[in-house]
Amino acid sequence: MKITQGIKMAFNSILSNKLRSFLTMLGIIIGVSAVISLVALGQGSAKQVTEQVQSLGSNLLTVFITGRGTESTVDYDYVMSLQNLEGVKAVSPVVSGNVTAKYSGVSTDVSVEGTNDAYEDVRDFHVQEGRFLLPIDIEYRHQVALLGVTTAQELFGNSSPVGEEIYLNGISFKVVGLLEEKGSTASGSSDEIILIPLSTAERLLRSSGIRNIYIQAESQEQINLAMMQLENELTNKFRGDEDSYRVFNQQDLIESMASVSGTMTMMLTGIAAISLLVGGIGIMNIMLVSVTERTKEIGIRKALGAKKRDILIQFLIESTVVSGMGGLIGICIGIGVALTLSKFMSMDVVLSMGVSLAAFAFSAFVGIFFGIFPANKAASLKPIDALRSE
Amino acid sequence: MSERELPIIQINSLNKSYKLGGEVVKALDNASMTVHKGDFVAIIGPSGSGKSTLMNMLGCLDIPDSGQYYLDGAETNTLSENQLAEIRNEKIGFIFQGFNLLPKLSAQENVELPLIYRGLNNTNRKVRALEALQMVGLEDRIHHTPLQLSGGQQQRVAIARALAGNPPLLLADEPTGALDTKTGKEVMHLIKNLNEQGHTIVLITHDLSIAEQAKRVIRIQDGRLREEGRGGVG
Repeated sequence: MKITQGIKMAFNSILSNKLRSFLTMLGIIIGVSAVISLVALGQGSAKQVTEQVQSLGSNLLTVFITGRGTESTVDYDYVMSLQNLEGVKAVSPVVSGNVTAKYSGVSTDVSVEGTNDAYEDVRDFHVQEGRFLLPIDIEYRHQVALLGVTTAQELFGNSSPVGEEIYLNGISFKVVGLLEEKGSTASGSSDEIILIPLSTAERLLRSSGIRNIYIQAESQEQINLAMMQLENELTNKFRGDEDSYRVFNQQDLIESMASVSGTMTMMLTGIAAISLLVGGIGIMNIMLVSVTERTKEIGIRKALGAKKRDILIQFLIESTVVSGMGGLIGICIGIGVALTLSKFMSMDVVLSMGVSLAAFAFSAFVGIFFGIFPANKAASLKPIDALRSE
Repeated sequence: MSERELPIIQINSLNKSYKLGGEVVKALDNASMTVHKGDFVAIIGPSGSGKSTLMNMLGCLDIPDSGQYYLDGAETNTLSENQLAEIRNEKIGFIFQGFNLLPKLSAQENVELPLIYRGLNNTNRKVRALEALQMVGLEDRIHHTPLQLSGGQQQRVAIARALAGNPPLLLADEPTGALDTKTGKEVMHLIKNLNEQGHTIVLITHDLSIAEQAKRVIRIQDGRLREEGRGGVG
């Protein structure tokens, strides 16, 4: 007997009992679609997290100063001197706080960051309209502001804010630029923000000294070098007290996020694999029932010259086709679910060919594995016993 | 000349016993017989006489406890399960009392079954199945499933299936048992025609009027065979 003939017979048998075949497949369909969609979501969120972290700026180190005794901040000049360290490309200190922004009757509470011109490159945060902060703004405490898109929308609606006057805590600022859209990160939206010159911010927020510094390393390779240099310098500055500052490496953050989402993906895949296993047991169950029901058919086939192998192959192909079709349908549904989720719940998904292939191969394997026992049972029937049954 | 050829069936002292409720029943007791090419042999016996056992032996569906069985010149005693399946496929055409057609397959697909297991390709199978269905006069019913056919037509499909592989032996087990008298006669007529065309037929029945239509009648009683001589003229 040829394999093509066996496949044809399997399809006939599956089609002659559509409801049962479908219910048998359902276990596999659910398992495979769960694998596909969950892995797509897991990988999607991993990618999203990585992108978010990367969107903070490239080759970024973040320094938080907690201070030692009365010396709880560092001053601007000291911060800018860090630029001379080996491996450091640019330094952008930040003073932040909350203010009430007002424009022609509309007011909103918004976080404001006072910084310098290097911020644009360090944080990879550019203007879509107008200009960024200039060194001269910091030097002369210009009352100029750049608006994040969400804040601009709240205050100005859809019209351009550039060139308008807004009031921050009652002080007038000229809007010189509109920032590009950045999206939200784990720590909130990057678009609800107002950027002003550092020197102006110190006065507006009535704070002096800098607690927060973004530093850009020369390159990916030099991040560790820059980090070491920074830590040495800061330890010196705070006379050996390593607790008075924290330096965060963006790369570490990405790695730990990736390992978290990797673990999550593994767990989801495990759960989905268990449901595939359950689906496989369902197939075995139905195949056993099918063998009992078709004992007479097996007897007739054997009387007409079917060998043990022929019957074995017939039932194996049948279970494999059931699970394989379940796998294909499951892949389609899984991709559909993933795409729907990404569209309506704005979740990132990553569909990978490899996962689909693996899920399909695994479902076919489940069919073969759980088909062996029933198929062997069918093939071992004695022709006279099988013929005699009704 | 035909006497010089090897007989289609030769059994020597076949024995087969079953345990039934702790009691050993001898279903075949030293049974011997020979069937030559072109013969039409009826084996007649009441139920429990061992004729089903004999039928299973002749059909290579079961193996004897002792004795030899030569089918078309080949000894069958020593064959494996798979080799017996090949013998059934190539040398025997079964005609069962209950037709034993697969209900989900069309007449043509049913007839193709033994050819599938012989490994014939699609076109070859179709041609031979159509030829066989033509011989039983069902060429216009090839796509009907058994449920759409009458009992007589179903038995004719089964006969076509037996013929399709062109085996040296046709083995009919109560071929008219499930049919009414009129269609039973038609089927017997068909079987006699096949014999006239040269097919060797062994027919098992409990009905004397059927048995008498064969060329030879062998009576089976308590597992023992006894030649009754020539039956009615075929």
